Amino acid sequence: MNLHKINELVKGTILQECNPVHSYTHSFASDLMSDVLRFHMENSILVTGLCTVQAIRTAEMSNISCIIFARDKKVSAEMLELACENHISIIATPTSLFEIVGLLYTNGIKPVYE
Amino acid sequence: MKLQYEIQGGDFSAAGRASSEVKKTLKQLNISPQVIRKISVALYEAEVNVVAHAFKGDMKVDINPDRIFVKIEDEGPGIKDIAKAMEEGFSTATDEVRQMGFGAGMGLPNIKRNTDEMRLTSVMGEGTTLEMMVKF
Repeated sequence: MNLHKINELVKGTILQECNPVHSYTHSFASDLMSDVLRFHMENSILVTGLCTVQAIRTAEMSNISCIIFARDKKVSAEMLELACENHISIIATPTSLFEIVGLLYTNGIKPVYE
Repeated sequence: MKLQYEIQGGDFSAAGRASSEVKKTLKQLNISPQVIRKISVALYEAEVNVVAHAFKGDMKVDINPDRIFVKIEDEGPGIKDIAKAMEEGFSTATDEVRQMGFGAGMGLPNIKRNTDEMRLTSVMGEGTTLEMMVKF
């Protein structure tokens, strides 16, 4: 699933667009960054309510290239700059984390941790 | 190739800068993405630990043709019980660290999981030294 389809599904706004044709197959939802760092995340979307620079850094270290920030969290200019530098797409949405993962799952995105 | 970075304790917005620099260097050396990911995760967890627990630290990186050595020394309170600190779920992190998405007692186990060798030593009241090696 590509970035625009994901954004449409979660009723979000693309704040940073990188790799728009990349096909994402998996997703992981967590506010605990050490948990994110445990798994192989290639082709995965990170869904989180933790709206800090460390969420971007964690994505960078884990080779995650798409983050969805849930519940209308405000993404700072510093975060967007860091995301741009590391080719990470950013989607912000008022949708809850629970609903986002439900939407992704029912549309074929698989869990990272099975 | 040798690299060195200073890490400032308590500076959460800068946590990860040194790890990011090392990752960019490794990418330029055409090392496999899987190995780079392992090294990056271990470095980042170690860097966050210094920011979270120490006053300041120093990261020395030595990149060889077939492996990478890293030594991170910090000045800080030290670790009382290293065996306990290595247990998944054990943490002495503050609320501030937890708000950054860390401090769940997974950092050191994550480092161990992503390295070929890891050595942790500490002197209470002085600081902690973490040495690790990853083969390419």
